[in-house]
Amino acid sequence: MMLLRLYWSFFIVGLFSFGGGYAALPLIQEQVVRSNSWLTHAEFMDILTISQITPGPIAINASTFVGVKVAGIPGAIAATAGCITPSCIIVLILAVLYYRFKGLRLVQGIIKGLRPAIVALIAASGLSILAAALFGTDSFSYSLSGMDFAALGLFIACLFTLRKFRPDPILVMLGAGIIGVIVYSI
Amino acid sequence: MKKDARFYWNLFYSAFILSAFTFGGGYVIVALMQKRFVKKLKWIDEDEMLDLVAIGQSAPGPVAINTSILVGYRLAGIPGAFLTILGTVLPPFITITVISYFYMAFRDIPMIRALFRGMQAGVAAVIADVVISMAARIIKRRKLLPVIVMALSFIAASFFDLNIIIILLISGLFGIYTSLRAGTSPAADAVGNADAVGNEDTGAAPGAPADAYDADEDTDSGQMPFRGGKEGS
Repeated sequence: MMLLRLYWSFFIVGLFSFGGGYAALPLIQEQVVRSNSWLTHAEFMDILTISQITPGPIAINASTFVGVKVAGIPGAIAATAGCITPSCIIVLILAVLYYRFKGLRLVQGIIKGLRPAIVALIAASGLSILAAALFGTDSFSYSLSGMDFAALGLFIACLFTLRKFRPDPILVMLGAGIIGVIVYSI
Repeated sequence: MKKDARFYWNLFYSAFILSAFTFGGGYVIVALMQKRFVKKLKWIDEDEMLDLVAIGQSAPGPVAINTSILVGYRLAGIPGAFLTILGTVLPPFITITVISYFYMAFRDIPMIRALFRGMQAGVAAVIADVVISMAARIIKRRKLLPVIVMALSFIAASFFDLNIIIILLISGLFGIYTSLRAGTSPAADAVGNADAVGNEDTGAAPGAPADAYDADEDTDSGQMPFRGGKEGS
């Protein structure tokens, strides 16, 4: 039963994450943290962090991680299979349509229509991630006194570095981690 | 090319290596696939590869997975697609499985917590950076509708907890409406031809903006009309 639920939840993630990359983020958060409570918000943050410094799409990384945690290796297989099933079906249908009709105009119209919403959803997800990094919770309703000013400084420094010098994001995150060890361990 | 055991092994191996050593998400791996399958192995020609990438981007799910399915299917049918999926999924699957066991054992060690806390501020910054770039691209086009959709979606998701899938469905409908309207208005006709289905006879500028969402720097969806235009010549 659990395996089926894992499969289905990640099927939904795979089915609705249009646009690649971070587009899956809000959907994973919705399915894994809010609908099913498989991960706490802190654990979700951790898998997101791990995802950033390991190869592979975030949706595959998250499905494997959640699967292992909830039901071991079989869980990981079920969740990952769920995540890629919609891709397999839809990609092959589009390929056939494309080779037959040489055009994906309507499909691309839909994608373009979705893009602003996807940006907005990633932004909403990003806001809760920022809140978690700064307050240790996923909402901004906490007072300024609960704010972790070291994390705020680190966030601003990282964002500035990323916008200004365009380095590899992995380096920025690893740098932030090392500074974190120094700041929080002392 | 001969489809012997070596070919199938090479297909799987290519997908596996590309996936294992690609950090930085979908678009990086797509570029590397082009390098390997088009330039090195010469299994697919450049134009067709662009088409496969465009199809991969039009479908939901990770772009890397979608494109690898298409490459496998194109080269060796369903068994090929199966091999490339396996090759692409296995590296992150193995890596994350191993890491998640370590994670559960080590996550409560203070130094590891400190490392994660620091990295989380970094992750938040990376996402903020991505959002700023993506939103700027949409705002720069100076079209009202996408900006409104973006603002309302953000408010609905952040403050009203509206279900994400509902937001996606509604904005998808806007996309259909906009592309249908662009397709029927006389002004858009000449342009519409360039990327319409089965275009044989157009001399229209390839890749010209066809609807409210389109724009010149729109690299990820500009490939299809371009290919269509070349088909016709």
